[in-house]
Amino acid sequence: MKKKIVMLCIALGGAALAADSLLINGAGATFPAPIYSKWFSEYNKLHPDLKFNYQPIGSGGGIKQITEGTVDFGASDAPMTEEELSKAPGVVHIPTVMGAVVIIHNVAGLTELKLSPETLSAIYLGKIAKWNDPALTKENPGAKLPDQAISVAHRSDGSGTTNIFTDYLAKVSPEWEKTVGAGKSVKWPVGIGGKGNEGVTGVVKQTPGAIGYVELAYANQNKLAPALMKNKSGVYVAPNIKSTSAAAVGVTIPDDYRVFVTNSPTKDAYPIAGFTWLLVHKDQKDAAKGKALIQFLWWAQHAGQQFAAPLDYAPLPEPVVKKVETTLKTLTVQGKPVNVAGS
Amino acid sequence: MLPEAKIAIPRGEARRLRALRRVNVGDSSYNALLWFFGGSVLVVAGVIVFGLWGTASPAFRATSVLSFITSTNWDPVQESFGALPFIYGTLVTSAIALLLAVPIGVGFAVFLVEMAPSQIRPIVSFPLELLAAIPSVVYGLWGLFVMVPWLRSSVEPLLGSTLGFLPLFRGPPLGLGYLAGGLILVVMILPTIASISIEVLRTVPSSLREAALALGATRWEAIRVASLPYSRTGILGAALLGLGRALGETMAVTMVIGNSPEIHASLFAAGYSLPAVIANEFAEATSTVHTGVLAALALILFGITLLLNSVARLLVRAVTKGYAKAST
Repeated sequence: MKKKIVMLCIALGGAALAADSLLINGAGATFPAPIYSKWFSEYNKLHPDLKFNYQPIGSGGGIKQITEGTVDFGASDAPMTEEELSKAPGVVHIPTVMGAVVIIHNVAGLTELKLSPETLSAIYLGKIAKWNDPALTKENPGAKLPDQAISVAHRSDGSGTTNIFTDYLAKVSPEWEKTVGAGKSVKWPVGIGGKGNEGVTGVVKQTPGAIGYVELAYANQNKLAPALMKNKSGVYVAPNIKSTSAAAVGVTIPDDYRVFVTNSPTKDAYPIAGFTWLLVHKDQKDAAKGKALIQFLWWAQHAGQQFAAPLDYAPLPEPVVKKVETTLKTLTVQGKPVNVAGS
Repeated sequence: MLPEAKIAIPRGEARRLRALRRVNVGDSSYNALLWFFGGSVLVVAGVIVFGLWGTASPAFRATSVLSFITSTNWDPVQESFGALPFIYGTLVTSAIALLLAVPIGVGFAVFLVEMAPSQIRPIVSFPLELLAAIPSVVYGLWGLFVMVPWLRSSVEPLLGSTLGFLPLFRGPPLGLGYLAGGLILVVMILPTIASISIEVLRTVPSSLREAALALGATRWEAIRVASLPYSRTGILGAALLGLGRALGETMAVTMVIGNSPEIHASLFAAGYSLPAVIANEFAEATSTVHTGVLAALALILFGITLLLNSVARLLVRAVTKGYAKAST
């Protein structure tokens, strides 16, 4: 019933355009919405007869809608679980761009904070409660760390950002994996929750001694000074576009792309980074739409990547693009392969 | 009370009236239309409960209703869910809101109706109505950026040092927490309570007031024995409307309550409320159990609202009866 209503709405909305152009509908993650809108408008300049309609309703919504078949593509910041995939057979993940989760803090006079995975997980487990804890002073020689309680802030709403962050903590801390685990919402041992990136930033800015995590793009746009994270190779790396892209190098990427590339072994990689995905059906049912969608995905992997960095997203590194190319070639329209590169 | 007057209609006449009613299409269709309007409210409420129940049922297959309501554990990763911290947070913030907003709102209304010069009323009631029209997200932002820092740096240390012997005011001043959630609700429901109380107090007949004054009552005594008892039902109704908004308020509360699913005696601690957790987690809840428990929380919120409304109604009835008995 719900499905029918959504279809009807989309049909009514699309009716005006459908006369002479093709409309492809998508819904899902809010995090990549700015780069997707940029792509859709750029791609529309090249193909004026093709229009995209993307609704940033959240990753969960994107997964639900592609499962119910109410959209042509979904988008998610977190890979679908086995349970979700079993309800949506034939849905494949296509990574589009990368993002990173950065640590922000509010300690007066502290400009550059260095964190190791051990201290970060201990802070979020509530084991390190003061800024002048020996673990922190050892890592930040020369920095003036006050005798102040650490107020931990985290996201209160379910989000892909939390998913990447907790996945990282679970990888670097066996205790975190055992007691908390990874997910879009988790049972936080300590701390207060802020709604959205802006909520966490608000809590951190308002609370002296606070620490929190936000998306790289959000931190850059709001001029927040992020902490340097010690990666798997023992190097302290600042989060930026380059170090985020590097996170996907040197990691084994499975054929279904359902992987968190956190805690990357690459030397210059920032360790809390991840993909965001578009979710499409492996075999497209609609001939015209299917072909257009697959060709768009090809374009996004190549020409589209140049639009990522100006919007604070990290482009996919070359090896990943090469791998996605082979996947795109396996997509079919009504069972037949498509000429992906050209029209 | 007067006994209800009975008008006897002769038998033949009654038959003629019934016949008329059958013939008159306008009457009967109008009658049906009104039944439809009246019934639609119930139908909508019923459909909501039915739909929520359908979504919530997977959650109750995983856990019993009783353990869901009494458990304090909220772990989406392990899919182990308990509703108590949210119920507690909702009740505590609403209680703070009512405890502060009712005396202030009613006091404000009494001042405006009974004491202030009549020219002031329009000047004051305009901004009051404006306050009621401010979107809740604006209240939330104001709360987060203005009220919370003030609570943390001034109010909570002061309360802690003077009333710290009570468990209510212990612990580190975070700013965010039950107190912030309750206070933001005070600001939000105050306009509702005050403006309805004003309207109610204005319906008090002057003769009552004058009678009290003529018997030698002071101004305060006249308000106490004449105005307030006369408008007590209406004021209770105003408080109920305020309570309804306080229980269901989502955005403003979630921005200042700290969103931590725990139970603390201290009002300074971070908590969580029912609407806040639904708004926070629903968009990204993909497993059927997780969406199920969120729908179950919505049902609980529905139940709490219903329960409190019924209790308040019974209270009104008891009070009115007591008053009627005392005055005869």
